[in-house]
Amino acid sequence: MEFTEDQLQRYSRHIILPEVGGKGQKKILGAKVFIVGAGGLGCPVGYYLAAAGVGTIGMIDNDVVELSNLQRQIAHNTSRIGVPKVESVKTTFESLNPDVKVIALKEKITKDNIKDLIRDYDVVVDGSDNFPTRYLVNDACVMMRKPLVSGAILKFEGQVTTILPGEGHCYRCLFEEMPPAGLVPSCQEAGVIGAIPGVVGSLQAIEVFKLILGKGETLKNTLLIYDALRTTFRRVKVPKNPDCPVCGDKPTITELRDYDAGYCRI
Amino acid sequence: MEEDVRVDKKINIKGLVCPYTFVKSKLAVEDLEVGQVLEILLDSEEAARNIPKSMEDHGQKVLRLEKINETDWIIQVRKDKE
Ligand SMILES: [Zn+2]
Repeated sequence: MEFTEDQLQRYSRHIILPEVGGKGQKKILGAKVFIVGAGGLGCPVGYYLAAAGVGTIGMIDNDVVELSNLQRQIAHNTSRIGVPKVESVKTTFESLNPDVKVIALKEKITKDNIKDLIRDYDVVVDGSDNFPTRYLVNDACVMMRKPLVSGAILKFEGQVTTILPGEGHCYRCLFEEMPPAGLVPSCQEAGVIGAIPGVVGSLQAIEVFKLILGKGETLKNTLLIYDALRTTFRRVKVPKNPDCPVCGDKPTITELRDYDAGYCRI
Repeated sequence: MEEDVRVDKKINIKGLVCPYTFVKSKLAVEDLEVGQVLEILLDSEEAARNIPKSMEDHGQKVLRLEKINETDWIIQVRKDKE
């Protein structure tokens, strides 16, 4: 494939990077990334992937745009209130970059559909807002051996980690079981400053690019914690746990479950 | 100056400005095999200064940089690094 003149201009700042070049940009154009959630994290991750020319972006979310989303979910806008979030991001991303195809799935991700949904993708990004989905996505990616870039946000804090099944840790190596519903912040406590998902989502997008390009070091075996109030980034080492119930030597979780609990969604 | 360099590919980037001068040159180098030589014809003084430096930064070898007439330069680059 040869670049068009428009593509040379659009991607010139990528092409002149030694780590990207024309070859790397072609990898990006051929890449397929699946994003779980079209909310606080899915918006900035998808935005940068679309701007960079990731050829296929799958996005799943069952919600419609609400006014209270717009303080942080930057790919939607006021005129799209009531529109399915995945339709809103598809319009935003495809008008940003005609090289990008967004596959918009307005449905819930479940133990029954997740494996088929992620099968054809190179990388999965978790931008979900709840623990049941985060564990479901982790378990499915481990079983399918799909690289997973996981992000989480709350208040003035964010976390990012990159899970490379077979090579490094998984989410259950870090937190084996979901916290009991009572320990998770209630809806009144679950605020978030609007730019936090921007920081965390941008970090997730960078992880995706390193995976696509095969350059740099990812957050494998590492949890990165951003504290916005103190303005610190902390790296916590997360070794792969040989007794992990899903990625360990003798896994006890060998098929997917749905975890429905009274969790508040952030 | 090396007079009898075997040139494997030539490009003409006259009329282009930064950064497209380097974008085109870099893409042309990517298409070469290691050891092959690219000859670039250009008319931007800024690019004549910057392309050799950028090529060296990217691990390639600049064999020749020469102003050939009032307006044009020639740069020859050997691909040393994939
Ligand atoms: Zn694990």
